Amino acid sequence: MSTTTQRLGNSLYRFIDSDLFYSFRRSPVTIVASVVVVTLILAAILAPWIAPHDPFDVSTLSLLNSELPPAWVSGGDSAFLLGTDGQGRDVLSAILYGARISILVGLASVAFAMVLGVCLGLLAAYVGGAVDATIMRIADIMISFPPILVALLINGVARGVLPPEMQHDAVIFVLILAIGLTTWVQYARTVRGSTLVEKNREYVLAARVIGLRSRAIMARHILPNVVGPILVVATVNLAIAILIEAALSFLGVGMPPTEPSLGTLIRIGNEFLFSGVWWVVIFPSMVLVLLVLSVNLLGDWLRDALNPKLR
Amino acid sequence: MNMTQEIYSASATQTRPREDVSDMPSVTPVFRIANLKRHFDVSPPLLNRLLERKERQVVKAVDGVSFDIYRGETFSLVGESGCGKSTIAKLVVGLNDTTSGNIEFEGEDIATHSRQDMDAIRHRLQMIFQDPYASLNPRWRVRNIIAEPLTVFGLLDGQKAIDERVATLLECVGLNAQDGEKYPHEFSGGQRQRISIARALASNPEFIVCDEPTSALDVSVQAQILNLMKDLQREFALTYLFISHDLSVVYHISDRIGVMYLGRLVEVGTKHELFRRPQHPYTRMLLDSIPDLKMTGRARTPVGGEVPSPLDPPSGCAFHPRCPHANARCKREAPRPLHNVERGFVACHAVEEGRLITRA
Amino acid sequence: MTAHETTPVLEVSDLHIEFDTRRGALKAIDGVSLQIAPGEILGVVGESGAGKSLTGTAITGLLETPGRISAGQIRLEGKRIDNLSQEEMRRLRGRDIGAIFQDPLTSLNPLYTIGHQLVETIRTHLPMSKKEARRRAIRMLEEVGLPAPETRIDQYPHQFSGGMRQRVVIALALCVEPRLVIADEPTTALDVSVQAQIIAVLKRLCREKGTAVMLVTHDMGVIAEAADRVAVMYAGRLAEVGPVTDVIKHAKHPYTRGLMNSIPTILNDVDRLEQIEGSMPRLASIPDGCAFNPRCPRAFSRCRTERPDLIAVENSDAACWLVEETAMTDRSPWPTSAPSPTADHRRGANA
Repeated sequence: MSTTTQRLGNSLYRFIDSDLFYSFRRSPVTIVASVVVVTLILAAILAPWIAPHDPFDVSTLSLLNSELPPAWVSGGDSAFLLGTDGQGRDVLSAILYGARISILVGLASVAFAMVLGVCLGLLAAYVGGAVDATIMRIADIMISFPPILVALLINGVARGVLPPEMQHDAVIFVLILAIGLTTWVQYARTVRGSTLVEKNREYVLAARVIGLRSRAIMARHILPNVVGPILVVATVNLAIAILIEAALSFLGVGMPPTEPSLGTLIRIGNEFLFSGVWWVVIFPSMVLVLLVLSVNLLGDWLRDALNPKLR
Repeated sequence: MNMTQEIYSASATQTRPREDVSDMPSVTPVFRIANLKRHFDVSPPLLNRLLERKERQVVKAVDGVSFDIYRGETFSLVGESGCGKSTIAKLVVGLNDTTSGNIEFEGEDIATHSRQDMDAIRHRLQMIFQDPYASLNPRWRVRNIIAEPLTVFGLLDGQKAIDERVATLLECVGLNAQDGEKYPHEFSGGQRQRISIARALASNPEFIVCDEPTSALDVSVQAQILNLMKDLQREFALTYLFISHDLSVVYHISDRIGVMYLGRLVEVGTKHELFRRPQHPYTRMLLDSIPDLKMTGRARTPVGGEVPSPLDPPSGCAFHPRCPHANARCKREAPRPLHNVERGFVACHAVEEGRLITRA
Repeated sequence: MTAHETTPVLEVSDLHIEFDTRRGALKAIDGVSLQIAPGEILGVVGESGAGKSLTGTAITGLLETPGRISAGQIRLEGKRIDNLSQEEMRRLRGRDIGAIFQDPLTSLNPLYTIGHQLVETIRTHLPMSKKEARRRAIRMLEEVGLPAPETRIDQYPHQFSGGMRQRVVIALALCVEPRLVIADEPTTALDVSVQAQIIAVLKRLCREKGTAVMLVTHDMGVIAEAADRVAVMYAGRLAEVGPVTDVIKHAKHPYTRGLMNSIPTILNDVDRLEQIEGSMPRLASIPDGCAFNPRCPRAFSRCRTERPDLIAVENSDAACWLVEETAMTDRSPWPTSAPSPTADHRRGANA
């Protein structure tokens, strides 16, 4: 037990002492970005507890409260800090719940794409030959299409195939699948590149000399040495995934208005824009921009911090 | 020229060559390598070949090499870059497949072994690599790196037994048992090479292939590692196949030496025979090019030419364009090995025909 | 010594180079002084990390952040060059200082013919027409021993073998007849038989043209063959400087001595090589006093507290207190049978 805590203490010390943490401390932009991301993620996770209203509880909605402006504008109500939409839903609460779905879809699709891409990339590079050629040609074809188009296609097919009663529940999984399938290529290419370098390094040869099976070499030796670049791709892709989800929802093929993501909220808000009800669209958009920008800044920093040439 | 004579005469005055035959540890070879070939297809992809009418290209990295390694000896392969010495190292431990030929380990042909058959003998063959910065997985603790062969081969049961074995191995190569908790980047190049040696020793091998184990190290560290390797050889009755381009190191560590040129062995002999009475013109040229500190200011006899591209090797004897003794036959016909010394040979028409007087 | 009569081409005095890291400044070069006379080849040797390449880099003005010269001066023919601007330094490089690096491929631009690169270099620094420059380039290639220079001048770097490429790099470094050439491991990437050719070319040309050469290498064989004087570096300091035969055959510093004895030789059979215990300290943990003292078989109390400067002894200078001790007692610093380190070599790795 004491050795475990000791080891934990050691790794904590190693982290605080590491170059990564050092470069983090020295970059104010990164600190701000990570504070924003952490705050947004926490707020999204805690939405059911911290949101002032439950935007999906129809019984609490009142049309009397519809289209109220933000609290600080004249006519605003302090109960609805960022105002309400056409159905009297609290915009702040809707944003908190919407961010929850956006982030969930983003993280899940990144995880899915990462597992798929890393496995295929490792396999392609390590096995080589026809396997490599096949996987990488599929990857080439995948990225010749705009991701939105592929996502729309997968989305459409899923909607056509699934029975209508399942469609409502399945929509979030369809989104994750669609976004994941359009973004795995970058992971595969990154991993393939690093693996091609690593697989000829002598520690891999040493493992082959003792007859370690290929699967074990890939998992135990190569994978830990190629995770750095994958982390960078994953961070940048989280921003992309959130944006694709927002775009799909904005186009009306993503999350339904009964269970809105940030994209859905923007689409709904868009309809109010010309009637002067700006707050319904501006606030979700700002949150989306803030989230994507912060995640991107984190990704940029991570790429530079992990690149030994720039250090 | 001067220097060569100096070296050859040195043998007479300073050290009499040991009586090689009586000193030879055993009669049956541990390894018997016969007509080993490894060709690499480096052709451009099919599409390019069809469109650009390019020919198939094959590099004959190893092209018909035969030699024996006896128990307890250090057999070295020397040669310039691209001569195929490292490819042979990889073939011997099964990192590459052979194109043709035999690799017999204690009477069993491992070139044709299946994966299962190979697994049974793998723990008896190990390898030490050139680059101490690349040969240890940077994400692993040293203790896990050294224990890996033990766990993969299932040689020891229980974490405690493995920990003890790792500690013994670390001390065996001159490190502390506590060093096992560290990561490779916390060690210097020489210490890393010690870790690499500890890993190679983990499975109690009889035979270790050393692929340029000191060429990435500084000379003072090189001396430490070479001494360590000699000690370990005595302690554990190891047989080494030593690959190097550095003739002084090879002379120091070896019992017998094979000289390679463009994928072939041109001469094999005991180190004293080879260094004091070199037969092949290429061996002589290599010896002439050794810089030696004791002869400061003396210019080495610069040898003309460079190693030709292995993609397009010369006909006949591959060395003929650089050889001062080459004639028409050398251009036409590849020389066959002439077994005129104990446990060695030379492949040269000039020697065979007696055109070349052996310097003595 | 001719080296001291004329103005030296290069004079480095009390050079300090520091690296700013988050743990404070690391001293990479700590008070190095050396000079090279016209036509002289100074070999700079040492283990990796001893600072030999760094010294060369600082002289060519190619030191990159976080490294910086924190003290000391570098003079080229009496003129200070360590405080020049980037632009002035760029003009100086190529014109007055030539550079030859380990890998000939990185010194040549693969996109241009070697002739183009030579002519461009010549015309950047000398007022010459294209035709004249080309003639000079061909003559230069001939001098470095490139066969058929008239036709090969129009070929690209990849069409040359490693040895020929390094000859081209030498031609490129010497084509405007610089006063000083910094050659950093020029033969390390080459095969032994080719090494000898390259060293011969470099040596002959510098003699003929009176160029001063700083030859940085870890290969004592190359030094023995090419250098007039040798500077031995250890942990960012000079351990010993002296004529090549003295340093190799009668080393004054225990480190140099250990280094020389640890090199395997083909002249006689030894069972064990002499080895220096331990390894060179990292920059962050250089011991007090003499940097070599923890590994030195003859260290005494003064070595652990007080840092020795170069002390003249016979033809050499050595940074070692033993030299001074023996000068006072008038004994040879080395007894005829120098006690060789007897400690078990295995302890060495932990030191």
